[in-house]
Amino acid sequence: MTFEEIKSKLKIYTVGIAGAGGLGSNCTVALARVGIGKLIISDFDIVSESNLNRQYFFRDQIGQKKVIALKENIKRINPEVEIITNDIKLNEKNIIEIYKNCDVIVEAFDLAEMKKMLIETCLSELPEKPVIIGSGMAGWGNSNDIKFRKNENLYICGDEKSEIAVDNPPLAPRVGIVANMQANTVLEILLGTK
Amino acid sequence: MKITLNNRPESFDKDKISISELLKIKNYTFKMLVIRVNSKLVKKDAYDIVEIKEGDDVAVLHLVSGG
Repeated sequence: MTFEEIKSKLKIYTVGIAGAGGLGSNCTVALARVGIGKLIISDFDIVSESNLNRQYFFRDQIGQKKVIALKENIKRINPEVEIITNDIKLNEKNIIEIYKNCDVIVEAFDLAEMKKMLIETCLSELPEKPVIIGSGMAGWGNSNDIKFRKNENLYICGDEKSEIAVDNPPLAPRVGIVANMQANTVLEILLGTK
Repeated sequence: MKITLNNRPESFDKDKISISELLKIKNYTFKMLVIRVNSKLVKKDAYDIVEIKEGDDVAVLHLVSGG
């Protein structure tokens, strides 16, 4: 497929991104660049200085709502993408309302309990929906440990072991690998395997 | 019995085991897990009750913080 053909195919799809931090911001940017029709982003947080080591925001956006800042950044990259933002903390109820009509959902939270909540909510309420999870990406190096596996409609990206800690922070390279792996999985689902 | 665990074949001496027993045998000590048996989600409060039998397809996902 040429890029024009890819773009015209992707235009009809809606992808939901749950969280606009390290995973969500980078994954959203990748999806916007390739021309997904509509992106639905939710996050309640504001951009802070500590986010800039991995998240797709700029220094002059510190203090802004993440969803607003991300929308602005995407508009500068690809104004054709429709962006829906929700400045909200996601929970069992609103996840369904916000994401039920998406073709694919990308889990992009930082906390493991939030990841678990989203997966269990989707498996219970939207059992057929493809959900792409990011789990295990703290630290640096060990690129080959970061992998992809599939369990029916669940797609898991990450090394499934590297947990964040004070002495093992999430950093741009590994978080970016996983975020882009999630975006790559979105394409595989929507365009089929090459 | 023979089951599939995370897409790989596994054998156990018993005819059936609970999910709690499986986690113990496999030494899965992680806190944040999502478990599916034959595509169906099994929540934590049912780990002692739900039994795994011959031919079951079990998926254990380990979730760690970071993103």
